Amino acid sequence: MNARGQEVERRRFDTLVIGAGGGGLRAALQLAQADASVAVVSKVFPTRSHTVAAQGGMNAALANVLPDNWHWHMYDTVKGGDWLGDQDAIEYMCRAAARLVIELEHFGVPFSRLDNGKIYQRPFGGQSQNFGGEQAARTCAAADRTGHAILHALYQQNIRARTHFFDEYFALDLLKDREGYILGALVLCIETGEPLVIEAKTTLLATGGAGQLYRTNTNAHINTGDGMAMALRAGIPLQDMEFVQFHPTGIAGKGMLISEAARGEGGYLVNREGERFMERYAPHAKDLASRDVVSRAIATEVREGRGCGPEGDHVLLRLEHLGADVIHQRLPGIQSMVGTFLRIDPVTAPVPVFPTCHYTMGGIPTNRFGQVVAPERQGPEEPVIGLYAVGECACVSVHGANRLGGNSLLDIVVFGRAAGNHIIEYLKEARYHRPLDPESIEQPLARLARWDERRGGETVSGLRSELQRVMERHCGVFRTEEVLQQGVLEVRELERRLQQVTLSDRSRVFNTARIEALELENLMDVALAAVSSALARRESRGAHSRIDYPRRDDEHWLKHSLYFRDGGALDYKPVRMKPRTVEPFPPQPRVY
Amino acid sequence: MERMRFSVYRYNPETDAGPSMRDYEVDGLAPGMMLLDALARIKAQDETLSYRHSCGEGVCGSDGMNINGRNGLACITPLEGLGQPVEVRPLPGLPVIRDLVVDMEQFYRQYRAVKPYLINHDPSPEVEFRQSPAERERLDGLYECVLCACCSTACPSFWWNPDKFLGPAALLQARRFLADSRDQATEERLDGLEDAYKLFRCHTIMNCVQVCPKGLNPTRAIGEIKQMMLKQFI
Repeated sequence: MNARGQEVERRRFDTLVIGAGGGGLRAALQLAQADASVAVVSKVFPTRSHTVAAQGGMNAALANVLPDNWHWHMYDTVKGGDWLGDQDAIEYMCRAAARLVIELEHFGVPFSRLDNGKIYQRPFGGQSQNFGGEQAARTCAAADRTGHAILHALYQQNIRARTHFFDEYFALDLLKDREGYILGALVLCIETGEPLVIEAKTTLLATGGAGQLYRTNTNAHINTGDGMAMALRAGIPLQDMEFVQFHPTGIAGKGMLISEAARGEGGYLVNREGERFMERYAPHAKDLASRDVVSRAIATEVREGRGCGPEGDHVLLRLEHLGADVIHQRLPGIQSMVGTFLRIDPVTAPVPVFPTCHYTMGGIPTNRFGQVVAPERQGPEEPVIGLYAVGECACVSVHGANRLGGNSLLDIVVFGRAAGNHIIEYLKEARYHRPLDPESIEQPLARLARWDERRGGETVSGLRSELQRVMERHCGVFRTEEVLQQGVLEVRELERRLQQVTLSDRSRVFNTARIEALELENLMDVALAAVSSALARRESRGAHSRIDYPRRDDEHWLKHSLYFRDGGALDYKPVRMKPRTVEPFPPQPRVY
Repeated sequence: MERMRFSVYRYNPETDAGPSMRDYEVDGLAPGMMLLDALARIKAQDETLSYRHSCGEGVCGSDGMNINGRNGLACITPLEGLGQPVEVRPLPGLPVIRDLVVDMEQFYRQYRAVKPYLINHDPSPEVEFRQSPAERERLDGLYECVLCACCSTACPSFWWNPDKFLGPAALLQARRFLADSRDQATEERLDGLEDAYKLFRCHTIMNCVQVCPKGLNPTRAIGEIKQMMLKQFI
């Protein structure tokens, strides 16, 4: 029953895809082309999804510019992730990369070109030839609008394949039966405010990251960890949530992303003395060290009093020496954004930058087929039947403790496609929908009904800003036991106060206040996962940097964290160190 | 600038007999802030205001609206220099769902109508289609569209015939695929545009060019399609 006492409408599909970014759309395309009935639910029109904002490009060892092969890419990814990535999944991704870039090109993606007509590739951070040798150029780019180009092409291909879209529907919760099968989701039509049951034999979560956890971030306002929180509420743990990537070059004080492409094309960072300080932190790779390394370097420069500006609170990114032509041709989006937000032309003036929350390495645990896996009777990685997850909301884990630039667009396309293929196989066996117990929709309906109640005087916007400040202060680039402990307490307190929010708008039609409230609930669950996992991990690895435990500790911590919503419990599972066809890359000291 | 005055179009079909303008004052504004920042502050005062927004940096195309009489994206419209009270209305010519949120289905339908996807009948090569930098450059100014609808909803021809005239945004997409050296459906695409309305209702009023937040030029794209048609005809 809905709020007016009417039966909730039901629709039935083979597969429900939640989220219409690159991961969701790539999976949907695979399914639609295989004649599966597929519904894509997205809280925004598909081309508004955050994939659209990806700038620099997508990694694949095409060797169009410099020598390259997938195995070198695999090594760089393992090292970039500080050995926390699962090597079977990384091998799979890097091997698939070239074929999938070519496929995107055939879909119409307007990649930039080399004189010989091949796809243009640029150097990006953490890339090397020959397992740690000279810089590689592995990132396939459509100027600095690669995400836009890919997302639009994937949406266009889905139009062609006649995929069924539910645009501007917000997913409330997964529907689960007593045996643990996932049977679809309860969603909310934002335009009418009416709930809708979408039954599906398989459900794919592709809801993206949770950058809105932090005050300054590069993310869209929609990145509120919805799928991650839905998984938590369905009893599924989140993996490696302590690993949050801070991108080194967000516009200082504002957060908008300046792509790594800026440094890939030859830009570099300087402190107040005009020193190229990255030479001290990463003598070999310098400004193209991996992101966690560069972010820590910037934060350290600022902390030690070598920051720029009247407050000494940022460093400068210099691009002037690249010249107007290169900037106009290769970084037009950056030039325009910096012009809009800073009234600076990077051709003539340096850009103030500071590390900014960018990417969630952790997420819903999956295997390399996109199946969600959770600890069950038989072991730590049993598939949750009927449930898949891909992209930033998932943790497969290819990024380990730190993602390399250019691997995110790759991740969504590779695992979106892989999940699509696995679902197609599953559907051959699963001929019929399992019966949906009416009880299973009661909890999500209650979640919705809560926002019609009068409670206390708290507001969504007030609590959201407090949460973002708490996360910034207590779960940022550098962490300590004390600061994290305090962080857990403060998030718990905010979670308690969330119960006291009363919405002043309880109307049905396009009620964005209600959506923001539901999003804040999701953020709160995800924040607790991140800060609790960070408190427990007493080592420094990749993006998780503990001042009190400055070294990586493979003996005790070469393992994935699993956070459960129930009681905030933590568990661990081993890293999959064994690739499928090549020798493992054993842990080494990580220097750039 | 510190404090600014806004007059915002409000309409909730559940509670209001008709639309009205509501006044707001917003404090604590600083140079460099965008209209979207001000709307967020208004929403903090008054949760009932609905508007779409997402990336906050002009690439997702969610927050197209009419600002002091001119269509634009709220997130990249600086507050500085806007006359006060800043009049904020929904994009013109489309049905209003609520407040600043319009029903874009008409606009999307026209986009889908131009077959906005690459059509190539050759067997897929195992490598990329070759495309020279010069051929690729022809897509610049066409592929960057964010589907915000600022152009089409500023176009008088679209207001009069939103179902028959495709509008500048869809036609820009049509040109984007016609201009792509990899696309093989030129004839089919041009034939599909041939009637009195779809393309030819463009009277080069050029409102689209004036308002495009990405600096694109749909009028030029439309002119290029007309030239291609002419060539095909001769």
